[in-house]
Amino acid sequence: MSNDGNGPYERGQAVLAIFKRGADFMKQLMDDNDSLRKQLSSVEERQEFAAKDPADWEELRVELLSRIRNLEDEREMIVEQLRSVESENQQFAERYLEIEEENNNLANLYVASYQLHSTLNPSEVLKVILEIVINLIGGEMFCLYVCEDGGEILKPVAAEGGTVAEFPVVLLGEGPVGEAVASGEVMSGESSGLPPAEGGEPVVCIPLRVEEKPVGAIVIYRLLSQKDGFSALDHELFTLLAGHAATAIFASRLYALSERKLNTIQGFIDLLTK
Amino acid sequence: MAGHRILIVEDSPTMRQLLVFALKRLKNVDIVEAQDGMDGLRKVTGDHFDLALVDINMPVMDGLKLISLIRGEPTLEGMPICVITTESAREDRERALALGANEYLTKPIQANKVLSVAKGLLKIE
Repeated sequence: MSNDGNGPYERGQAVLAIFKRGADFMKQLMDDNDSLRKQLSSVEERQEFAAKDPADWEELRVELLSRIRNLEDEREMIVEQLRSVESENQQFAERYLEIEEENNNLANLYVASYQLHSTLNPSEVLKVILEIVINLIGGEMFCLYVCEDGGEILKPVAAEGGTVAEFPVVLLGEGPVGEAVASGEVMSGESSGLPPAEGGEPVVCIPLRVEEKPVGAIVIYRLLSQKDGFSALDHELFTLLAGHAATAIFASRLYALSERKLNTIQGFIDLLTK
Repeated sequence: MAGHRILIVEDSPTMRQLLVFALKRLKNVDIVEAQDGMDGLRKVTGDHFDLALVDINMPVMDGLKLISLIRGEPTLEGMPICVITTESAREDRERALALGANEYLTKPIQANKVLSVAKGLLKIE
């Protein structure tokens, strides 16, 4: 017997091994086939059972409908939440605009008040009042009156859109300006756009008072052409001017008077001590 | 980010203060004030500005003269100018724009409007 591995015995063993592997493979195929048959049979059975039992179908239908309803409710809730967020957003945007406008108005009022009390020079105070009426209110032709002779006469002291001489002296309690100053109420009317010398009526008269005592008035006869009318801010400015411009005029005049008196007294003392 | 420099040329202190208030809402902004056209010219030629707000009716030198001098200076050619004035007539507007102004606003001003025009001219989002 040969031992080189190619003898008839070894060859026989090799053939047997091949047959064994073939048999194993065949067995595995048969097992797989059997398993698949069983699975198919089970599916067919379940399908047949499901199709035959209307209760199952109904249960399934009810379950699906319930899920649809839940999803619809959920969707409705989300849409509602979205609407609510949108509405809130809109409210925030509106509130933002309101606050911004309020902020601008407060800035205007602050600037007007700051400028009015930034000086004790009477002519500077008058200049500031003119600037406020031009730049913040939009007056084109107007006059600033100050009370003289114990408050019975309103004398024009500064004007814009015309000379001071073009505006008449007013007696307290007479005519629309005199009446407004006497009453202390802001008077507004329709503007003809004409100067008072040509019979023009004021579009607004703002009486200036300190502790209920008339100090003067701002009388506007014509507004800038781009100015349509008075806004809420303008009315706030009228109120501010009525008090603060009056105080500024009163304080500056008092200060100028005290300075003059102080100089006189100082001069007198110097004369006595020299 | 480099800040924006804005020059306000206006003779009214009230108006200047109001414009400063409005423009301070822009972030990183440096505001310089000039009280008339001549003062404005001195400041604009000796410094760099990204925007100038110019009044028309001013003592010493008016705003229109200032605009024409600025536009005649090659180094200032690109600087945007916004006019803020009481004059609302169409011919006043056209004259200012023809001289080289980029925007024209009339008084009384609204802070929002000034802010939005300034943002546009400074190309701020």
